[in-house]
Amino acid sequence: MSKESNAYIISFAVAMIVVIAATLGFAKEFLKESQTNAVNLDTQKQILSAIVPLSEVGETGEQVNAYYAKHIESIAVDVNGDEKKMDGKEPIIPEKVSIRKEFKKKDKAEKILPVFKFKDDAGKVTAYILPVYGNGLWDNIWGYIALEPDMKTVKGAVFDHKGETPGLGARIADKDIQSRYAGKTIYNDKGEPGIEMIKGEGNVDPASLANYKVDGMSGATITGRGVNDMLKNYFTLYENYMQKVKKSANNASSLPNVALVK
Amino acid sequence: MATETAKSMEATVVKKKSEDFFSKRRRRLVADPLDDSNPITVQVLGICSALAVTAKIAPTLVMATAVMLVVIGSNVIVSSLRNVIPGRIRIIAQLAIVAMLVILVDQVLRAYFYDLAKIVGVYVGLIITNCIVMGRLEAYAMGNKPYDSALDGFGNGLGYAWVILVVAFFRELLGSGTLLDIPIKEMLGLGFIPNNGLMTNPVGAFIIIGIIIWVQRYFNGYVEDH
Repeated sequence: MSKESNAYIISFAVAMIVVIAATLGFAKEFLKESQTNAVNLDTQKQILSAIVPLSEVGETGEQVNAYYAKHIESIAVDVNGDEKKMDGKEPIIPEKVSIRKEFKKKDKAEKILPVFKFKDDAGKVTAYILPVYGNGLWDNIWGYIALEPDMKTVKGAVFDHKGETPGLGARIADKDIQSRYAGKTIYNDKGEPGIEMIKGEGNVDPASLANYKVDGMSGATITGRGVNDMLKNYFTLYENYMQKVKKSANNASSLPNVALVK
Repeated sequence: MATETAKSMEATVVKKKSEDFFSKRRRRLVADPLDDSNPITVQVLGICSALAVTAKIAPTLVMATAVMLVVIGSNVIVSSLRNVIPGRIRIIAQLAIVAMLVILVDQVLRAYFYDLAKIVGVYVGLIITNCIVMGRLEAYAMGNKPYDSALDGFGNGLGYAWVILVVAFFRELLGSGTLLDIPIKEMLGLGFIPNNGLMTNPVGAFIIIGIIIWVQRYFNGYVEDH
């Protein structure tokens, strides 16, 4: 068979494709476990980073896993604030819920909303970490926002993005932007949910800003608006759940009083 | 006398047969792409990734390693198959081999260096279209032995790596005030100097590559033929 004959070329191409496909197939199968672990670890790190600096959690994967297992209790709720355990026939694992997919669902009632409760060493819930997802200027933005048990004060926030402009909108992934959210209130003067990132940066004294506003990012007004919409959207989605937590917290705190009266 | 000549002739014959492992010619294979025929600054190939990934040093290191692995690997594979690959579909065959290696690198990064893979992920995929890799396959590996091709790939990978690392060094230092995410500017007490936002954009890389080319050509006197 000559090297330039059609038969040779076709058999070479077929053999090459088979070898390459087999190599890639084996590689994928071999690396699958490590890859899923890496993705899980990354999710855990993101959730935890909303509330504790990762340097406190630990460097290695085992340390993060152990810290996460000890401090986070995760559930999923629906838009009415009721706990949702099954999605059809599949049990829901809140960490595995694709926030992106849930974000894209049109019907609010179908959305699965994970909640990550952060417990201190004594096992008391000290924060509720909620995932958020939205649109920035160029592509999707997402993050986790941690609320105090009073369900209206922000304890910490972490954001990330896919393709915001470096140095401008991409700054939402910087700690100094995220730290502006800590201590803010998630309801505005009219009682509507949302935290507003204002336009412009450094124009107003941070202390004089209303407690539902944060300083903006210079040159990234649209990304800022994206963050605002994202937070408003998700605070609204979690509204019913938040009310339920508040109610049960009130009941719980009144119990000891009852006991005292007795 | 006659036997001596015969002996020395024999010696030269033997020498020709097995070239020294690091002979002068082979050392040049590695050294040339570092300066005189540098893929980025002289041949101006692979600029796209040099602009895109060099905002920080850490992802740049990953990218440089990835390119080096791919260019060495594809050079060796293509070179050992050079007598089997049909000429008419050689570009497709080369592309398929490069693509396989790039996917492998990408998958390994995702499994073991997830944080870095998130940053460089898109660009690792783009190594497939990196002109350096294809350029070396066409220009060298298709006509030379595997070991020489491996050295050629190593040299070109290194030539690519040092340029993008220098670019990343200046971009991270001037754009973010850090080096490998260590806040070097604050540590030197120079925190009052504002960061240069231009350097975090690909535009900054253009300027730095320009300066590198200028400095390099000032020293080696390279001029484009017209």
